[in-house]
Amino acid sequence: MAETLGNLAVGFGVALSPPVLFYAFVGCVVGTLVGVLPGVGPLAGISLLLPATFGLDATRAIVMLAGIYYGAMYGGSTTSILMRIPGEAASVMTCIDGYAMARKGRAGAALAIAAVGSYVAGTVSVVALMLLAPPLAAFALRFGPPEYFALLTLGLLVLAYMSSGSMLKALAMAALGLLLGMIGIDQMTGYFRFAYGIVELGDGIGVVPVAVGLFGLAEILATAGQPTPPEIVKPRLRELLPSRQEWRESAWPIGRGTVLGFLIGIVPGSAHIIASFVSYAVERKLAKRPEEFGRGAVAGVAGPESANNSATSGAFVPMLALGVPSGPIPAVMLAALMVHGVSPGPLLVTQQPELFWGFIASMYVGNVVLLILNLPLVGVFVNLLRVPYPILYPSILVFCILGVYAVNSSVVDIWIMLVMGALGYVLRKLDFETAPIVLGVVLAPMLEMALRQSLAMSDGRYAIFVARPISGVLLAGAGALVLLGLRPLVTRTLDWRARLALAAKGEEHP
Amino acid sequence: MLTTDRVAGGALVLLALFTLWESRRLPLGSLRQPGPAGAPVVLALVLLGLGAVLVLTGRRATALAGVGFPEWRHAVAILAVCAFAALALERLGYRATVTLALACLLGVVERKGIVFTAVFSLALALASFLLFDTLLRVPLPRGPLGL
Repeated sequence: MAETLGNLAVGFGVALSPPVLFYAFVGCVVGTLVGVLPGVGPLAGISLLLPATFGLDATRAIVMLAGIYYGAMYGGSTTSILMRIPGEAASVMTCIDGYAMARKGRAGAALAIAAVGSYVAGTVSVVALMLLAPPLAAFALRFGPPEYFALLTLGLLVLAYMSSGSMLKALAMAALGLLLGMIGIDQMTGYFRFAYGIVELGDGIGVVPVAVGLFGLAEILATAGQPTPPEIVKPRLRELLPSRQEWRESAWPIGRGTVLGFLIGIVPGSAHIIASFVSYAVERKLAKRPEEFGRGAVAGVAGPESANNSATSGAFVPMLALGVPSGPIPAVMLAALMVHGVSPGPLLVTQQPELFWGFIASMYVGNVVLLILNLPLVGVFVNLLRVPYPILYPSILVFCILGVYAVNSSVVDIWIMLVMGALGYVLRKLDFETAPIVLGVVLAPMLEMALRQSLAMSDGRYAIFVARPISGVLLAGAGALVLLGLRPLVTRTLDWRARLALAAKGEEHP
Repeated sequence: MLTTDRVAGGALVLLALFTLWESRRLPLGSLRQPGPAGAPVVLALVLLGLGAVLVLTGRRATALAGVGFPEWRHAVAILAVCAFAALALERLGYRATVTLALACLLGVVERKGIVFTAVFSLALALASFLLFDTLLRVPLPRGPLGL
């Protein structure tokens, strides 16, 4: 414990240095803008702004990108509460009761509860991240290629299982992503695979054009022709203080949302989205007056908002400790670290303690910055939404093109973004989730390399995966998930994922 | 009946077959020592299976006729602008390409006034170039005469 506190002190030394503090602040501001703007979620936002960090050192870059991530999580709640438009998917549940509170004249209170809940959840979950990541990293030093293969397989299956909707569709999307990840030079033999003479494809398909295409461009394609958004409820500054009763009603939901969110965040999948859905369902189950949910229940804002912010920190645990992204956003963050020559994984904590602990400490600082920044400036951020969408989306498109091109200075990446945008648009129409594609693209080279290295180690015997205890347990978990996923096909009843999908469409509450 | 799951499943089956066909050019290796085509072939077979199951079980999914594409004109125009950007960026330079792309979207697709379109397009192209290329030192392409 003393060692952890000593390391944290080193981290604060880094995080409170003026340049790092400045980039944390910039990240939080830009993240909030990204979250407020419909059509630019945290994934597309981080991908677009990745080139802007190229001139920075690794610590400043990751601190700024993390600021964008949790700033976007907060910004998304603002539009949910004031306009009933979720800035990003995790804010869908906040729309229901947040907007209902706004219609009752409690917009300011809803925003304050969301901000305080996010702050508490963000801070507590960073403590958990700080305590959990180093021991996990120490444990992961025992991992060899078979364990990584089992872990990555389990991760993909958990992602498919945790996706709201059909596991079959999610698995199909993950397989599609893995297949796309096969494009490029085979690392073990040097063969060009599916590159068709395009030299730029030698390094494979980059995660940034895929993420921007599937999440940024596809969103623009789907929303550009639609009518303008509804009227905004604009709160006054003096209305921002919740009543004593509202504070009382929000305290336990914030606590429960924090714990739930962190635990769900560690598990691969679209963690922050699932966390907010689960938290809403739990709060409704535990409420003395569940009939108030949907009509402005304070717990319906406090719980999901805390959960989705807590999940943000949880998602960093496997990324920092194991070097394995648990979802598309950590995957892009991982790519960002690699651009800066940092390889996240078990050795990060020991080899680059300043970066690791500086990043952890910057998250404490970022949470304070967000709390101070967001409440007084909510009116400023909301004014962005007054820009008509027919002017806003061409501007966002320019940043999509710029961000994608700048990563490798390659127009091939713009073509990839274009194809992925069209694919994402069609897949959305056909009711398919696209997050597993992004994760598949990132994991494909790691998965294939781990498989082939394992077979080289065992002289081609597949028993190596079950003979080693850690990989055996992980693969048993993967098998159990497949069986759980098949259960609805046998029993023909709606499982929790199908109920979540219905809730997301507004057909039924979870 | 054509449903969303059946159409998507069919497309995935076709993609898997295409991958299998293209993989024949690469050494497959063996089960004990997979070659460069090993993993793509296994994944294509998995995709083929999943696509086929989607086709077979997709009867109860949403009917394709029920899926609306009301914004398709905008979508096509935006994709065309992206294609133009990809073709022109390194030939005309960032500033000229972005100005033209924005002018097309604002002036032609959104039918904004000519003065607003011209001023906004030029201002955003120059401002974003200044921010990224000059201030953040992210090199952006220059066209003829260094523009």
